[in-house]
Amino acid sequence: MKHIKTINTGSLKSSAAHGGCGECQTSCQSACKTSCTVGNQECERK
Amino acid sequence: MIHKFKQGDMFFVLDVNSGAVHIIDEIVFDALEYYPQNNAVSVIRMLKDKYPEASIKETLEEIDYLIENDMLYTDDAYVNSIEFNNRSPIIKALCLHVAHDCNIRCAYCFASQGDFKGDRSLMPYEVGKNALDLLIANSGNRRNLEVDFFGGEPLMNFEVVKQLVEYGRSLEPIHNKNFRFTLTTNGVLLNDENMAYINENMSNVVLSIDGRREVNDKMRYTISGGGTYDIIVDKFKKLVEKREGKSYYVRGTFTSNNLDFSKDVIHLADLGFKSTSVEPVVAKPTDSYAITEEHLDVLKTEYERLAEEMVVRHNAGNDFSFFHFAIDMSQGPCVVKRLSGCGAGSEYLAVTPEGDIYPCHQFVGDEHFKMGNVMAGVLDFGLTNQFKNAHVYNKEKCRSCWAKFYCSGGCHANAYNFNNDIFVPYDIGCELEKKRIESSLYLYGKMNQTEE
Repeated sequence: MKHIKTINTGSLKSSAAHGGCGECQTSCQSACKTSCTVGNQECERK
Repeated sequence: MIHKFKQGDMFFVLDVNSGAVHIIDEIVFDALEYYPQNNAVSVIRMLKDKYPEASIKETLEEIDYLIENDMLYTDDAYVNSIEFNNRSPIIKALCLHVAHDCNIRCAYCFASQGDFKGDRSLMPYEVGKNALDLLIANSGNRRNLEVDFFGGEPLMNFEVVKQLVEYGRSLEPIHNKNFRFTLTTNGVLLNDENMAYINENMSNVVLSIDGRREVNDKMRYTISGGGTYDIIVDKFKKLVEKREGKSYYVRGTFTSNNLDFSKDVIHLADLGFKSTSVEPVVAKPTDSYAITEEHLDVLKTEYERLAEEMVVRHNAGNDFSFFHFAIDMSQGPCVVKRLSGCGAGSEYLAVTPEGDIYPCHQFVGDEHFKMGNVMAGVLDFGLTNQFKNAHVYNKEKCRSCWAKFYCSGGCHANAYNFNNDIFVPYDIGCELEKKRIESSLYLYGKMNQTEE
């Protein structure tokens, strides 16, 4: 494509099918104790 | 739903429901203002004074391709997700307040300078032991369990920390669990002995420092009023050096006293720390150091500055990470996790030295949110369900927000403290979080460009 470069195709839909194991880290335990960022947590299944 | 934005010299569009991210040119950016809600003929007419007709046509075809391939304007298919709606009440993480006492005084301390609005106290071993038992009993089939030793200052009760690690390890084979112990410290009491223990036993360690000496010492000082920077910096360096690659964060708080906080993050990087996290203070609007709406523009520019500097350092082979920009685009959390949020009160609990249970460290001391006591083995599942239901689909402001799959609804404690309602997010926090997400997408885009 000339005008658009996709840098991430998006995996949220596929993650809905096999996600939810809950083994991942709780976000506040890592480095945020006063503000919430969940999108940067790692998936345990990768 | 999409979100398009410009940062630096780049244009982006994020497809909210799929998570797809696209770098676009200005024609696409402008066309998305009108398309696909208007037909192609109308859009060409609207933009023809600015761009050649052939380019607009090409652009609209490319937009159509993304829509057809679920990378733009994807439907929200998760609201009725069975995996999400059938989440069972599982506790998987504890914040253990092993010391409601602190050996320094921080002006902004949400723990009322260590005592959490109560008497100064240390957690007895028996309380911690019961907390770990309660965690195991309520963890279902989750294997990985997290326990953060928190305070006040946990090194003031380090013998109990060691005893609890030993007890936790003894439970692992019996129950087929894996404990991940972490510790959050101000660093003053660090010495060779406890550093060696921490590095061996803690899977992550959070080291509290705000950045530049004058910034840190203005807010983080000893009981006699002296600054802490010179006491802790070398200790933190030594601990990290001996950690041999294990996870850590130097973590700070910025206030209205250092609105130029990007300099503090850079300072921490210049000290040699590769994992940084610096966050906005949570304070009453009347506090002299509070972040208020009037600071937002300056702070957003600071996030942009930080992202620019990180690009420069990346290109020079001198990378460091900033926690709130570290979004893993391809292998991030599943959508169930993104919808569930931080888990406070439902997956994550805080326990005081007396054994009282609260939804998280930020709620400790507020009797409305007391959920039981580990010595009685009691847990209020009514409050647990209330927190479990405080997700983005049940928060009016979040439902229509493009950032909902990244912040997952924000911090419950901030929502409660500012709006008296865990279902109403804290606006300033939202604005800053949105800028952090844009900046991390920008950073990712820039790095993606330079790696080609």
